[in-house]
Amino acid sequence: MTALPALIRTPATPVWFLLVVSTAVSWWLGADHGLDDHQAATVLVMTVAFMKTSFIGAYFMELRHAPLPLKLGFQAWCVVVCVAVLLIYLVRG
Amino acid sequence: MSLDTQLPLSDGAVSRTAPAEEPGTQMQRWAGHIPGELGIWIFILGDMCLYGALFGAFLYDRGADVDLFNRSAGSLHPTFGAINTMLLLTSSILVVYGVRSVRDGLSRRGPLLFRAAFACGLGFVVVKYLEYSDLLRNDLPPTENAFFTYYYVLTGIHLTHLLAGLCILAFLLRISRKAQIGPKDLRASESAASFWHVVDLLWVVLFPLLYLVR
Repeated sequence: MTALPALIRTPATPVWFLLVVSTAVSWWLGADHGLDDHQAATVLVMTVAFMKTSFIGAYFMELRHAPLPLKLGFQAWCVVVCVAVLLIYLVRG
Repeated sequence: MSLDTQLPLSDGAVSRTAPAEEPGTQMQRWAGHIPGELGIWIFILGDMCLYGALFGAFLYDRGADVDLFNRSAGSLHPTFGAINTMLLLTSSILVVYGVRSVRDGLSRRGPLLFRAAFACGLGFVVVKYLEYSDLLRNDLPPTENAFFTYYYVLTGIHLTHLLAGLCILAFLLRISRKAQIGPKDLRASESAASFWHVVDLLWVVLFPLLYLVR
């Protein structure tokens, strides 16, 4: 059996660590411990969430090596939905 | 970096005990590679667009009664949501390792990795059950108000995806047990893994949207 370190030697490993840490930070920010400004905290937490989806696509779903249309389609979803969600949140209150 | 990789056999299957290959060669092989079947990506992107519309609808309706949505969100426990996010992220990385194991013959740990990912998925279901039970005990059913209707519908559809994903993980486990992995098995593994990752991805947005937005 090959040693486990060879299996985890992939860029997805530090990305997983980053995603777990950013989840913990979002949880802390969202639990009223971080910023006094709720609106700023929400914008930050939602932006981080969509950045996380982008990383999941690129590194877990292996879209880094996918054909450009698929890669762009996925990343476009991350950007467009993030912007739309933030605009609706900011405009509607 | 020393990596054991697959070698095609005469019948199109791949050996799990192939010698090392230069990383650069492998990178070239995967350039422009669609992970899994094209069909699964049409489904995944369609599903993501549907969820994108639901995210927008939730925030739009929230604007009609911000106080109600904030009060209702305040009765949720973010700890449940955060634990479930950690469980799904961890299951996703285990699936990444599992697919590497199946694809590259890096080890025979595939079944163990998929079992661990499955356990994380089951953990999510248990936490969700505890959370739903807690809300219903506190008289907060889907009909309580618009926030809880959205909460149960969004998390319910997601839970349905997750249960389907667990069946798919069982399928991945079956593939990983095979002595020889064929090209069709590899493609099916990648499709199945992509579906599992989208279950994770959707929850990564649902968690802050439902629990943390104020």
